[in-house]
Amino acid sequence: MTLETAEADVAIIGAGVVGCAMARRFALEGASCVLIEAAPDILAGASKANSAILHTGFDAPVGSLELACMQAGYNEYLQIRGAMNLPLLECGAMVAAWNDDEESRLPDLLAQAHANGVPDARLLSRDEARAREPHLSSRLRGALLVPREHVIDPWSAPLAYATQAQMLGARLLFNAALTGARRSGDLWHLTTAAGEIRAHSVINCAGLYGDRIETLLTGASRFDIRPRKGQFVVFDKAAARCLTSILLPVPNERTKGVVLTRTVFGNLLVGPTAEEQQARERPDVTTPELSTLIDTATRLVPGLRDMPVTAVYAGLRPASERKEYRIHADHELGYFCAGGIRSTGLTAALGIARHVFALWARAARPVAPPDPPVPVMPNLAEGLTRDWQRPGHDGIVCHCEMVTLRELRAALDSPVPPGDFGGLRRRTRCAMGRCQGFNCLARIATLTEGRLRDPILPEDRR
Amino acid sequence: MSEACDVAIVGAGPAGLACATELRRLGVGRIVVLERFDEAGGMARHCAHPLWGMREFRRFLGGPAYARRLVARALAAGVEIRTGTTVTRIRPHGRLELATRDGAMILDAARIVLATGAREQTRAQRLAPGMRPLGVMNTAALQAFLTLEQRRPFRRPVIIGSELVAFSALLSCTRHGMRPAALVETEDRPRSRGVFMALCRLLGVPVLMGATLLSIDGAARVSGLRLRLRDGSERALACDGVVFSGRFTPEAALARDSGLTLDPGTQGPLIDAGWRSSDRHVFAAGNVLHPVETGGRCWAEGRHVARRVAQDLSQGSRRREAVDILLGDGLRYVVPQRIAAGQTPCTLVLRANGALRGRLVLSDGAGRELAVASLRSHPEQSLRLQVPALDRAALAGDLCLRLEREG
Repeated sequence: MTLETAEADVAIIGAGVVGCAMARRFALEGASCVLIEAAPDILAGASKANSAILHTGFDAPVGSLELACMQAGYNEYLQIRGAMNLPLLECGAMVAAWNDDEESRLPDLLAQAHANGVPDARLLSRDEARAREPHLSSRLRGALLVPREHVIDPWSAPLAYATQAQMLGARLLFNAALTGARRSGDLWHLTTAAGEIRAHSVINCAGLYGDRIETLLTGASRFDIRPRKGQFVVFDKAAARCLTSILLPVPNERTKGVVLTRTVFGNLLVGPTAEEQQARERPDVTTPELSTLIDTATRLVPGLRDMPVTAVYAGLRPASERKEYRIHADHELGYFCAGGIRSTGLTAALGIARHVFALWARAARPVAPPDPPVPVMPNLAEGLTRDWQRPGHDGIVCHCEMVTLRELRAALDSPVPPGDFGGLRRRTRCAMGRCQGFNCLARIATLTEGRLRDPILPEDRR
Repeated sequence: MSEACDVAIVGAGPAGLACATELRRLGVGRIVVLERFDEAGGMARHCAHPLWGMREFRRFLGGPAYARRLVARALAAGVEIRTGTTVTRIRPHGRLELATRDGAMILDAARIVLATGAREQTRAQRLAPGMRPLGVMNTAALQAFLTLEQRRPFRRPVIIGSELVAFSALLSCTRHGMRPAALVETEDRPRSRGVFMALCRLLGVPVLMGATLLSIDGAARVSGLRLRLRDGSERALACDGVVFSGRFTPEAALARDSGLTLDPGTQGPLIDAGWRSSDRHVFAAGNVLHPVETGGRCWAEGRHVARRVAQDLSQGSRRREAVDILLGDGLRYVVPQRIAAGQTPCTLVLRANGALRGRLVLSDGAGRELAVASLRSHPEQSLRLQVPALDRAALAGDLCLRLEREG
């Protein structure tokens, strides 16, 4: 255990997409910060499993903080993505109506989109919608088109945020679960599994553990996390031909429903389910629900019949007992919370970070460094030039996703290197494809020996 | 950069290498075998058991030694093998787009033979329930750890499946000092011969037939799995790995992405009895056509396809009207799926669903029986039907292949 002597302005608990965006924002504004993560890598919890959509907020609650954060996040992403080399699949979304009831609700949804500052949303007739998406089932009745709903790389973006934060001096601590906290004077003394941390303020971005961290820090929690499981099925890349837009259902009270969308990596994704559960550490997949997702996808897009499945996964969304974000501040205590960030976190993260920084900056005024460095992320998106298309890559290791040895080495040598196999997969796409490591897993285990905090093979197996 | 050859073969496993070697023996000029891995030889390289080579070399060899011999024989025949070369797309008229260490390339071939092999279904494709920890893999990945990387991925795995390859996994485990906690099969009957089940008993590995996988457990690594046994009871098994064996599926991504017609039964390219795909410049051989046959059979098929390709090159390809072979109940697939005039006699390779006893009958549109075989097979057994030379009348319409079960 090392005792940290330097005091940080802020300690951020949790390196999910919100924590990474938070660290970036505070570092950009000149605050010293430390990002504390219980897992061996960033994005280990809710942030690793989502639908990768960059939302306009067209269907978010009118006038909500969630909407404001989503729109701020959306705009900032578009602004920074070029310099960071982050991909954007400008595919638009279609909210599809499949029966009278759903069709009758489209005009209200259109009104809400206009009220939410999405003026280009418009209704499509059945024929217009079918012309746009000829592979959809003929049961389609009509649709709401939202042209500026896009798809992004849900892992490279937060990695870019964390990398930029680190370039600006933020410290990233992994395997550093918070076990104790004490406030003395204007300073927090945090006990983590990786040592002691001192900071003036703490920002709770702990996702699925947000309520527990709030209790640990403040003695009680103002909210309860109610984990909501979402399962997904990823179809073979051949399926991506069947759909152009993001296909959204007409939302109901409880959930946004099952989405069909392409990914920037060239697959087609269907999900999520919405299953309330108690366990925060059990994002398990279940056969009947996966089969139902495939059936749903096949019903909407008949061309998906017999389409091979590439991957299945499940994530837990940190929903709380209320629909809205649980963002609050206690300046006296130096405590800030960005909790209950459910499915819209990927879009909203940059906006949430701005919002929380503005709350924090009422009491403190750091000086922003001029000309901040910008990390340039390696491209993983299909359709843009990948590493294997450039000479000198030293051979392809993962053949399904065409991941080169040069790319794997670059990820291992990167400023924020992967902490485990999952982290390497998210950084490079290795073993994410059709064969799921049938061909490359053993080689990757050898290549990464001594390089991952949580190795693929335990030490005693070599 | 662009160059040309007579025949380009995609995949340097037993089928591809045998095809290339035979083409050279038949006097065809420039033969190039394209292999995406850094070493030629195919999946045999993963599997150390001395179960390979009887048909090809008249002796039992370990997989790696077998692969080396196939490669040496091909090179001696004047075949050019390019490893580390991925075919990214097949375009019409025999054009191949390649990815190499030096970047993208084009290769034009008068004919192409697709010999990309097969792989085992992943846990994702099986929609297997539970967590997704480290330690879940297919047999080939396990054997790559053991044979290619000299590492043991776990100590006490559970093997799922009872096809032949499950016993290959079992032998690999015991040979490397790992004792499987159990062999689990979801069907009520083993999917291979009884002698292999006896092997499990001999090695002291419990066999659980008719079990349903309820969940894979473990956060970072596999800690165990839960099963529902045939009698309805639940059972938790402690283990540190799960091997999903068998249920092979063709490695057909290149065929699919290149727009070749696939057969719904095999999920591999659909071929006629000239072993030609829906693209007249593209032939196919080996396990990409039929998941899955032994290395020896793929080798023999590779040689057979070489003769078809050589003939096609010398005679020029003629467009032939082919008829479909329609499958009756209980049959999973047949290869080839179509027959044209002049392509018989030929041998059909097929699989049934489950074990069976009965008659296999090929008949024409008029109901005449053209070929018959009596069968007695266990599940996953490869079946064959010899088709005699058929006249034009027999090929006037689609053929029917049906199963008449006994008892």
